[in-house]
Amino acid sequence: MKSIPILQRFFASDFFYHYRRSTTAIVSSLMILFVILVAIAGPFLTPQNPYALSNLFLADAFKPPAWLDGGELRFLLGTDQQGRDILSAIVYGSRVSLFIGIAGVFFAATFGILIGLVAGYIGGKVESIIMRIADIQLSFPSMLIALFLMTTFGRSITNILITLTLIGWVRYARVVRGETLSVRKKEYIEASRVIGYSDLYIMVKQVLPNVLNSVIVLSTIQIGTFILLEATLSFLGLGVPPTRPTLGMLCSEGFSVLYSGLWWVSFFPGLYIVFIVFAINLFGDFLRDQLNPRLK
Amino acid sequence: MENILLVENLIQSFRVGKGLLDELTFQNGRFIRETLRVHAVNGVSFEIPRGTVFSLVGESGCGKSTTARTIIKLLEPKGGRILFQGMDITRFSKKEMLPLRKQMQMIFQDPYASLNPRSRVLDIVREPILFHRLADTKSQATEMAMDLLQKVGIRPEQANRYPHQFSGGQQQRIGIARALSVHPQFVIADEPVSALDVSIQAQILNLMMDLQKEFHFSYLFIAHNLAVVKHISDHVGIMYLGKIVEKGRKQDVFSNPKHPYTIALLNSIPRLEGKNLEHTPPIKGEIPSPLHLPSGCHFHERCPYAMEICNEVYPEERMTAPNHWVSCHLY
Repeated sequence: MKSIPILQRFFASDFFYHYRRSTTAIVSSLMILFVILVAIAGPFLTPQNPYALSNLFLADAFKPPAWLDGGELRFLLGTDQQGRDILSAIVYGSRVSLFIGIAGVFFAATFGILIGLVAGYIGGKVESIIMRIADIQLSFPSMLIALFLMTTFGRSITNILITLTLIGWVRYARVVRGETLSVRKKEYIEASRVIGYSDLYIMVKQVLPNVLNSVIVLSTIQIGTFILLEATLSFLGLGVPPTRPTLGMLCSEGFSVLYSGLWWVSFFPGLYIVFIVFAINLFGDFLRDQLNPRLK
Repeated sequence: MENILLVENLIQSFRVGKGLLDELTFQNGRFIRETLRVHAVNGVSFEIPRGTVFSLVGESGCGKSTTARTIIKLLEPKGGRILFQGMDITRFSKKEMLPLRKQMQMIFQDPYASLNPRSRVLDIVREPILFHRLADTKSQATEMAMDLLQKVGIRPEQANRYPHQFSGGQQQRIGIARALSVHPQFVIADEPVSALDVSIQAQILNLMMDLQKEFHFSYLFIAHNLAVVKHISDHVGIMYLGKIVEKGRKQDVFSNPKHPYTIALLNSIPRLEGKNLEHTPPIKGEIPSPLHLPSGCHFHERCPYAMEICNEVYPEERMTAPNHWVSCHLY
């Protein structure tokens, strides 16, 4: 019963008002919704399971997309050199890509928020040390760090998530620390200390809710960045293992046959990456405009 | 009468400049390290008898808010003693202060900034009750919070709203309710009405005085406006550059001001003479920087009666009438 007023409040909110009036927001959120639905329901809809070897027939190999000469309707976007349906491969690949993007952001955000809160709230030497480490890390290109870590750890989904966390926490820590510094000076924090709340309570209950907006905005953009980063790593052969290919991996596999004229094998997965990241970034821009009170 | 609070020679200062590099200056061919300190509170003493209102008045930057924040231990005192109900709390740790937190509370200057924008009003008032275990059950705490909100003039159906949905006056009422939620013996009000419209100020002041009558707590009232203080105080202390220059019972200070600074402050209150609104010329000059305190009496550079000695020696506090203390070489 309690959910009804919450829904009503949402529909009556400023946020929803601005959402309804922004074409970009509606289009981009529909694109994101489409991507998520495809990832969830996709395996039930695709013509074949592209990773069950018993489903693959070499006779189906090298089929172009359906609208070209020699194409078949059953392989809408064509097949690769093993007779694997590209459309099905994209659907399966997007699941892994999205999972890595979202889980990577979750871990990086958790880690970064924690460090940023502590640095901003406690200040002093702790803050100086943490922020200098962050500065040093930010002066390296993140791709370089990722390449280094992945070559050291070896390719697996867990190692990708660890790498993304180690790369991503810096941005969260910096944003959260900055916001914490400004929130910490507010009189309601003084009021909390006068009441006697512990530092932990103040950090979690008073500071954190007031810095979450920036975290949400950053996270949206960061999901897109992580999907791209993972795609790049997989393309270079340092990402996910071949048994659970992502979109980037599909591009990489198609690359080997690109010069034989099989452009569709890497083109369509690449296009879908662009589609996903574009939608996420568009929506992230809208969120930033709405949730950042300083821009209003 | 028993004192709820006694402050003796309270000292507070802050280092400015962030690190070694900011403090190094190049003088006469060599580097000199100079630690800059803001001397905000330079030996403030006063006492507040139980159940009374003591007002600290002074220009902005004179250290009155810092005094308040040091007394309630938001800042660690750099010197002096703070006795709360006879207990020396000067060196009390956070843990030792915890049980005292429900006895001393604070009302802040900026009504909006003093309320967490992400908390509902009911939570803002109820959390302290729950935290200090003043209620047995959550529903009892809710009842107490609602009761208090009603007393300060917030209707029950408004209790689930967020702070930004209220006007400045209402927000300050909520801030007052939060301070009173733990039944304090002593409340520090740091310029509680200076951010409000003049038309609202009287309402809030009346509310604060009504609540004091009902709950019998004591106030330390910080203000920069003598007119505000005149109605509500029992005792007044006039502060200038981290020192109390004159203190005493309200009627003595207002009707028979001694210190040239107090006289100048009183003259600056606009008043009606016949049909004309009269303003006296303001005190000349600016309040000196607390980074480099003036020699002798802090006020001598701006004082119309300054003598030679004023430049050299800080005047001792002298009692000119029963319970009326002045720090000035004129007396």
